[in-house]
Amino acid sequence: MKAAIRAEAAALFAAFQAAGAVPVEADILLPAGTLLDLYGEDIRARAYVTQDPLRGEMMLRPDFTVPVVQAHMAHGADPARYTYMGEVFRKQDHLGDRASEYLQVGFEIFDRDAPEAADAEVFALFAGLLAPLGLRPATGDLGILMAAVRSLSTTSQRKAALLRHIWRPARFRALLDRFAGRAAPAPSRLRLLERLAQASPDALIEGAGPQIGLRSATDIATRAALLVADAATPPLPAPEAAMLDALLALSAPAAQAQTRLREIVGHMPAMAPALDSFAARLDALAARGIDPATLPFEASHGRSTLEYYDGFVFTFHAADPSLPPVASGGRYDALTAVLGQGRSIPAVGGVIRPNLVAALKGAL
Amino acid sequence: MLKIGVPSKGRLMEKTFDWFGERGVQMRQSGAEREYAGSVEGIAGVELVLLSAGEVPRELAAGRIHLGVTGSDLVRDKLADWDRQVAELAPLGFGHADLIIAVPACWIDVDTLDDLDAAAAAFRAAHGFRLRIATKYHRLVRDYLTAGGIADYQLVDSQGATEGTVKNLTAEAIADITTTGETLRANHLKVLDDALVHASQAVLFASRAAEWDEQTTRVYGDLLRLIGVAQPDHR
Repeated sequence: MKAAIRAEAAALFAAFQAAGAVPVEADILLPAGTLLDLYGEDIRARAYVTQDPLRGEMMLRPDFTVPVVQAHMAHGADPARYTYMGEVFRKQDHLGDRASEYLQVGFEIFDRDAPEAADAEVFALFAGLLAPLGLRPATGDLGILMAAVRSLSTTSQRKAALLRHIWRPARFRALLDRFAGRAAPAPSRLRLLERLAQASPDALIEGAGPQIGLRSATDIATRAALLVADAATPPLPAPEAAMLDALLALSAPAAQAQTRLREIVGHMPAMAPALDSFAARLDALAARGIDPATLPFEASHGRSTLEYYDGFVFTFHAADPSLPPVASGGRYDALTAVLGQGRSIPAVGGVIRPNLVAALKGAL
Repeated sequence: MLKIGVPSKGRLMEKTFDWFGERGVQMRQSGAEREYAGSVEGIAGVELVLLSAGEVPRELAAGRIHLGVTGSDLVRDKLADWDRQVAELAPLGFGHADLIIAVPACWIDVDTLDDLDAAAAAFRAAHGFRLRIATKYHRLVRDYLTAGGIADYQLVDSQGATEGTVKNLTAEAIADITTTGETLRANHLKVLDDALVHASQAVLFASRAAEWDEQTTRVYGDLLRLIGVAQPDHR
C-alpha cells in the first residue's frame, strides 16, 4: 500500500511540475513558536511538539504552507509557482483509523496579477487531476464574508471583533447576535456599566484589589472605556444583520449564488470589489471548463479553526463522509503579510492526500 | 484476580475505603502505614492496588487494573477519548472540586469567557504575546477554550502553586481546581462567572482494555451487585 501511495504522490508531483511549478523542499522539524503564534493553542493539540536542547520547542511539520511561504518571502521569484511532496504529521485525539502521518502533495501560486485567474488555475488543475475519482467539489469565498463585515455601519471595534472570529462560527454568531441587539448583555456587564457610571475606571480598579500581573491598570481602564463606548453604540440595523444571516446561509450552484449575492449585498457600494472578483473568478473558471451552473458554492465554506484562508476556498470530498477531504486549498493573502515581515504577496494553493487517492482508486 | 486501583494516601484513600466499607467490602492497607500493599475482605478474587491518583487513568487505559477510583478531572485530562478507554461506573460523592478559570480581581472589565477573549486580543496587541493561562489540566482547558471559540491565549504549564503564577508574572490568568475558593481569594484572583471547565469528583471507573476473562468477569458482576452499582451496557 505504501508503494502505491508513493507512486500516486510522485505522479501528482510530476503533474504539478508539468503545470509549471518548481519543486521545493521544507524542513520536517519546524520552530513551534511561529506555528503557535499563527494558529493559536489549538495547533498544540494537533501537532507533535518536541523539545530541542538548543532550539527550544519544535514541531513535526503539520503542513507545508508556513515553511513554503517563509521560503518564498525570503528568496522567492515573483511571480512563482511551487510544488512539494512530503509527510505531514497530525496528532489524532480520537481513537480510530485516521492517519497521524501521511503524504501531502501541494501546488502554490504567488502572483500579484489577476488573482481570480490564479484561483481558477489551481482549482481547474486539481479538478482535472482528481476527475477519475468522481469526487464532490465544494467552494466558498471568505473574501465576500469579510467584505460584508467591513461594510457594516458600526464601529471599527465591532468590525474588528467579527473579523477576528470569522473562522469560529459559534463565537462569530454570538458576537453578531449581541451587536444586533438580539442577545442581552451578560448581567455582570450591566453591573459593571452601572458602577462605571458612578466612578472612574481607575477608582474601581483600585478598589478591586492589588494590581497583580502584567496586564496593567492602563490596559484595564482602556478596555473599560471601550465597554462604556460600546454600550452607547446603537445596535446593528436589522437589515444589515439580516444581510449577514442570508449570506451565511447562502448555498447554491455558483452561477445561481452570483444572482443571490447581488440580491443580498448588491445595493452596498462597498461590496462591489468583492462581487466583481467573484464574477471574474467564475469567468476564469468557465474559461477553464468548470461550469458555474453546476459548481457548488457555500458562502460559509472554509470557516473552521486552524485556517488562514481569506478569499476563494475549495475542497474535494469522497462519497464517504467519514473521510477527510481528498484535497483542499484556498487563497491566503494575509498570511504572506504575517510571515513576510513587512512584505506580502497574493497567494493561492492547495494540497492533495495521495493516500486517499490510492485508496479510492483501489476501491474503484 | 480482579485488580482495583485505589489512591494510596490521604483523604481520597480513606473516603474510598469508607465508601466500599459501607457496602460490605473492607479494604485495608496491609502492614505498616507506609506500605503500599493492601487486602480486600467481603468478596473473593479482588486484589487491591494502591497507587497515586494521578496514575490511575494511565493504568486503566493500559489495562493493568480492571477497576480504579480517581478524580473525574484526571481521567478526562489524561486520556484522549476517555469514555472509549474507560467506563464510568459510579460517582462516589466525595472529592468534589471545580476546575475553573480565574483572573486577577483587579480586572474589573473581565467577568465572563467572552470578556477573557476580548482582553486576550487587546493584551496580545499591547504586549506582543498571547495571554498566558497557567494550568496543569492542559487537555480539559484547551478543549474547553476551543469549544468556546477563545483565541490569542497560550497555556503555560504549572504543576503546583498555580495561584501564585500571576503575581510572579509567569501567567496572566490561571485554570485550576478549587473547592472553597479561599486560596484564590488569598492570591487576589476571582473566578469567571461562566467558566466552569469541569465539576470533578471521585468516580469508580472500569477499564475497557483490561483482560476480562471468565473469572474476572464473574467477580466483577458479584462486586457490582454487592456495592449496588448497575453494570454499564457494555464495558
